[in-house]
Amino acid sequence: MTTRQLNTTFAALADPTRRAILARLATGEATVTELAAPFTVSLPAISKHLKVLERAGLILRGRDAQRRPCRLRAAPLGDAAEWLGDYREFWEQSFDRLDTYLQVLQEKEEKDGRK
Amino acid sequence: MVASSHTLSVTTPSDREIVMTRTFDAPRELVFEAMSKAEHMREWWGPRGFTLPVCEIDFRPGGAYRFVSADADGNEYAFRGEYREIVPPEKIVWTFEFEGMPGMVSVDTMTLTEEDGKTTITSTSLFDTVEQRDGMLESGMETGAAETYDRLAELLEKMQEASA
Repeated sequence: MTTRQLNTTFAALADPTRRAILARLATGEATVTELAAPFTVSLPAISKHLKVLERAGLILRGRDAQRRPCRLRAAPLGDAAEWLGDYREFWEQSFDRLDTYLQVLQEKEEKDGRK
Repeated sequence: MVASSHTLSVTTPSDREIVMTRTFDAPRELVFEAMSKAEHMREWWGPRGFTLPVCEIDFRPGGAYRFVSADADGNEYAFRGEYREIVPPEKIVWTFEFEGMPGMVSVDTMTLTEEDGKTTITSTSLFDTVEQRDGMLESGMETGAAETYDRLAELLEKMQEASA
């Protein structure tokens, strides 16, 4: 898992339309026309989003020249979710320890007669 | 006071920010001190069960810091950055980078507010991704979806289950 891959994944996920496209693909493969149906944006705009998702390795395009169905590739999503989980856990546990340590410091201050 | 105020809250007000808040039963000056001196940082910085064998802090604007967090098996994780702004006892701004992922740098603003003897730390991490810097995200459709990363993570999990 490289930084570049993680950045690419998060950048691809930053857009609500692209997240909606991925959520749709989670239920099965779809053509560009099918993917564009729920949106008010144009087909070229959807194609542009698909290119971003493809570059990020989040979708695969079929070889059938006519349909070129899209399908979800979930591996980078797992990496992104894992990174977020680690980030949260790191700070959660650090702050828990800080909480405990602050109590120790305050007890010490009282003992030393400061304040 | 309800215990829930002592839990970590994580939100994302924009696509590039992670905001964490947490309240502590201690006055602001003390919290600030615990965040600004190596002797204190060693006691709490890093996950449970980790130690901080390296904790170098040059606590002044422009000053560098470097931490090495180590687990019980001796695996080491190094972090580094630079203090950008220091306003005792209210605010610390630093750059933050995990050396294992060079290039992924965030600018973290940590503000301390005190109320009724309790101090709340609000930490805002602003991520600067390569793609955003290069202007590759020009879809013009981003409206700053205020989605929490938690909810995003849940969505991701659901999507993975569905595709598995």
